[in-house]
Amino acid sequence: MTAHPFDFDGQHLLARTSGALVWPARRWLIVSDLHLGKSERMARRGGALLPPYETEATLDRLEAEIDATEPDTVVSLGDGFDDDAAGRSLPDAICRRLRAMAAGRRWIWISGNHDPGGICPRMPGQSVDALHDGLILRHQAGQGPDVSGHYHPCVTLAGQRMRCFLVGRDHLILPAFGTYTGGLPVTDAALARLVPQGTAIACGARPIAFPVDGARVRPRKRAGGFRRPF
Amino acid sequence: MNLPKEFQEWFATQGWQPHPHQIDLLNARGDSLLIAPTGGGKTLAGFLPSLVELRDPPGGLHTLYVSPLKALTADIARNLSRPVADLGLKIRIEDRTGDTRSGQRARQRVDPPDILLTTPESLALMLSYEQAPAIFGSVRRVVLDELHALAENKRGDQLMLCLARLKALAPGMIATGLSATVEDPARLARFMGGARVIHADPGPDPDIAMLPTTRPAPWAGGGGHYAVPDVLAEVARANTTIIFINTRAQAELFFQAIWAANDANLPIGLHHGSLSREARQRVEAAMAAGELRAVVATGSLDLGIDWGAVDLVIQVGAPKNVKRLVQRIGRANHRYNAPSRARIVPANRFEVIECVAALQAVRERDLDGDDRGQGPLDVLCQHILLTACAGPFDADALFAEVREAGPYRELSRADFDACVDFAATGGYALRAYDRWQRLMLRDGLVRLRDPRAARDLRMNIGTIVEAEMLKVRFRGRGGSLLGEVEESFASTLVPGDTFLIGGQTVRYDALREMVVEVTKQPAKEPRIAVYSGLKLATSTQLSHRVQALIGDPAAHVILPPDTQEWLALQARVSGLPRPGVLVSESFPHQGRWHFAMYGFAGRNALQTLGLLMTRTMEVAGLGPLGFLSTDYALLIWSLDPVTDPAPLLDRDGLREGLGDWLGSNAVMKRSFRNVATIAGLIQRNLPGQRKSGRQATFSSDILYDTLRRYDPDHLMLRITADEARRGLVDFDRIEEMLARTDRFDHRVLDRVPPLAAPLLLEMGRVPIAGQGRERMAEAEAAALMAEAGLTT
Repeated sequence: MTAHPFDFDGQHLLARTSGALVWPARRWLIVSDLHLGKSERMARRGGALLPPYETEATLDRLEAEIDATEPDTVVSLGDGFDDDAAGRSLPDAICRRLRAMAAGRRWIWISGNHDPGGICPRMPGQSVDALHDGLILRHQAGQGPDVSGHYHPCVTLAGQRMRCFLVGRDHLILPAFGTYTGGLPVTDAALARLVPQGTAIACGARPIAFPVDGARVRPRKRAGGFRRPF
Repeated sequence: MNLPKEFQEWFATQGWQPHPHQIDLLNARGDSLLIAPTGGGKTLAGFLPSLVELRDPPGGLHTLYVSPLKALTADIARNLSRPVADLGLKIRIEDRTGDTRSGQRARQRVDPPDILLTTPESLALMLSYEQAPAIFGSVRRVVLDELHALAENKRGDQLMLCLARLKALAPGMIATGLSATVEDPARLARFMGGARVIHADPGPDPDIAMLPTTRPAPWAGGGGHYAVPDVLAEVARANTTIIFINTRAQAELFFQAIWAANDANLPIGLHHGSLSREARQRVEAAMAAGELRAVVATGSLDLGIDWGAVDLVIQVGAPKNVKRLVQRIGRANHRYNAPSRARIVPANRFEVIECVAALQAVRERDLDGDDRGQGPLDVLCQHILLTACAGPFDADALFAEVREAGPYRELSRADFDACVDFAATGGYALRAYDRWQRLMLRDGLVRLRDPRAARDLRMNIGTIVEAEMLKVRFRGRGGSLLGEVEESFASTLVPGDTFLIGGQTVRYDALREMVVEVTKQPAKEPRIAVYSGLKLATSTQLSHRVQALIGDPAAHVILPPDTQEWLALQARVSGLPRPGVLVSESFPHQGRWHFAMYGFAGRNALQTLGLLMTRTMEVAGLGPLGFLSTDYALLIWSLDPVTDPAPLLDRDGLREGLGDWLGSNAVMKRSFRNVATIAGLIQRNLPGQRKSGRQATFSSDILYDTLRRYDPDHLMLRITADEARRGLVDFDRIEEMLARTDRFDHRVLDRVPPLAAPLLLEMGRVPIAGQGRERMAEAEAAALMAEAGLTT
């Protein structure tokens, strides 16, 4: 079991432990915050020289998801590129790979705050600001109900930090799919405001769903007497 | 050089006679290493040549003093001011640490004092300034205090690199190392890059013995609480006592236990590294003022200000390491020529044997110490980047200079080049950053591509990577600060949990803006007293002594009677571990088979061995359920018995398992984080930066996993693996254990053997469960669902 089924805005959806969302009725695969080219951008700005493999690693995981779900449409929910320049300077091999992954299906890049300038011509697919097509898809949550990313929600369960989907009445917020992406705890005021009450679906080896209630999301009871050995 | 007349007179006025080693140092023409017990006038000896030369100050910085503790620099400044004033010397002495105000720092760069007192990190920072050649060009002398302590970790390696830099900037400069008693002075001298060793008179033998206790030590546990009445009685008889405890958590518990029994209300304080700085300073001040009769302390008091009034040291728990024991004993009685008085309290039966063995070693002046091996490359990476901050450098010249530093004297050119490449481009197999490299070659010199990067690099100076610490405060507006706990500890707390800090029990309420909020809970027993962190393993040499003592029945007469009986029983029903023989036992207990093995390899190595052996047992279908490790023994419980340990201990098999297991292990990830931070791959989290919140940082674990998958030969992974083998994973000691094993002696018994019995009572069991963590998270979530009236 690598997906958790749930309903949002009248649609039946699947939250996958990879952090991708599947809309089975339309055969859509939706991923958010890929941040391709992040290490290059950091280096360009004089920051640390991080291992330059995260784009490859992100695409490895995305390709595995495409192989597993065989979508007709792939949607990148914004911040697909760490900035517009990062999108333009991706190596040719990466662009070729993206085009191969997009062959035979629709590919849509929604613009995010990191990549407002649209896509470079070497990329497959088209670039839009938002999608209104049965569901509203945009990078940053607005007037609900909508599906968005941007915040990189995460939770801590049993001392372990995990990415998570955050599902409320008005908003469905996806975790970041990119390899080098941090997380914002669902307890943070910014997220609690958008989803005061709802469900978090944590991306463990299996999906773990549990209720989120404003600021009181920390489990109050410890399960069993087990303590971490280290 | 003779001691000038005015100095001789000054000594006479004090009623002192210069020590021979002080005169010896005065006459030294090259670098020296002075080995002297505490109270031997070591610091004055170190400064005497400088003071003599500064009768006529040549201008500019003359002497640099480096100490591991900020507090020591202030103390030294005070101590020096007296002879300087008495002798009418016209010199300026200033300190320069992380606490020095920026105005003062700026002035020091333009107009340095005659004597500058500093720490290794501040020195590294100053050497990274473009003005470094001007500031340090005039230095004639460097005094390195508490060198034995610095040489034990990466701070010392960094300091030695800085010393090599200083020697290049100020040719002819003389370095003097000051050290407490160490096992191998020649090795410490090599660490300094070569120095003449001068021994001070070691003084009289210490008066050291086991503390007689009314009750015998318990079978297991590490608290030593059984001895509280006896310790209190000693404290009452002595003037001032330091009670050393091995860990912070145990110190908290012992402090609580001693106050519960302190009917006479003796003023007793607590001092450890998790307490707030204010709390520690209060205790130190009270101690200096003679207001305390005792202080319960951890290694946080191993170094530091001299307290002449301390006349007794009590070590609770096995000392783990003879050298450290000797240095701790030296904290008692800082008056030269008076014997230090110390008493040892073993925490349990096994420790009784260790304490007896340690006392033997102290009497034979047989100290231990493990060679740290070659200087670590992460420190070198940082040094290369900081050197570039000071200005362009020639790679060949820097290589030659680095090899002058003791820890790096055997550095290969290939390793040096790998570090330069890492510093310049990240050193990745995928050459992605040739446009954005940090260092570039121009006109034959290596330099920063963007000089503005120097600011960030300087922020990252230092080799101490603290675990993320969270402040602990009483709840409410302006609640007072109690201290700090590790973030990993805080993340295991749920509201209502009680734990000990600063000698009081508090209840965890909430985590707000990176502060742990607590309320006082005086009546309740603390549920948790766990601060995670590396447990110090018993040294190789002391473990050997313990094994030899156990294995020689004729020597048992020096042990307490109850311990003798225990070992005699073990010899009758099973066998005694002895040098050359690896004894193990399989026996049933509470429906499970248990396998006990007496490896004497230290707890970190035995923990690693436990993980590796249970993996093999899993494959062999023995159904391992869990294990625990102590410094001496490994205990594994399983559904089926181990009948032959040999295949489980096959060296090649273990090495192979190590490769697999290490990769994904949390211990490795922690080592990687330290290495990557020191080398400058990731930035330290600086105070104030963490609150910014939004998607802030991703964990270094992700970098580690990515590198392992896409660039497995990368320099950072190589350094991490080297380090883990020696430190937390300690595989080298598993190899050492197998190398000194001539044969296995395995017995299958029908009941619990005497030596194994205490192991069954030990804490720290590690359950083996592949999906344990995941199941636990699911259980937690299910509990929440149920509570909310939902079902999955």
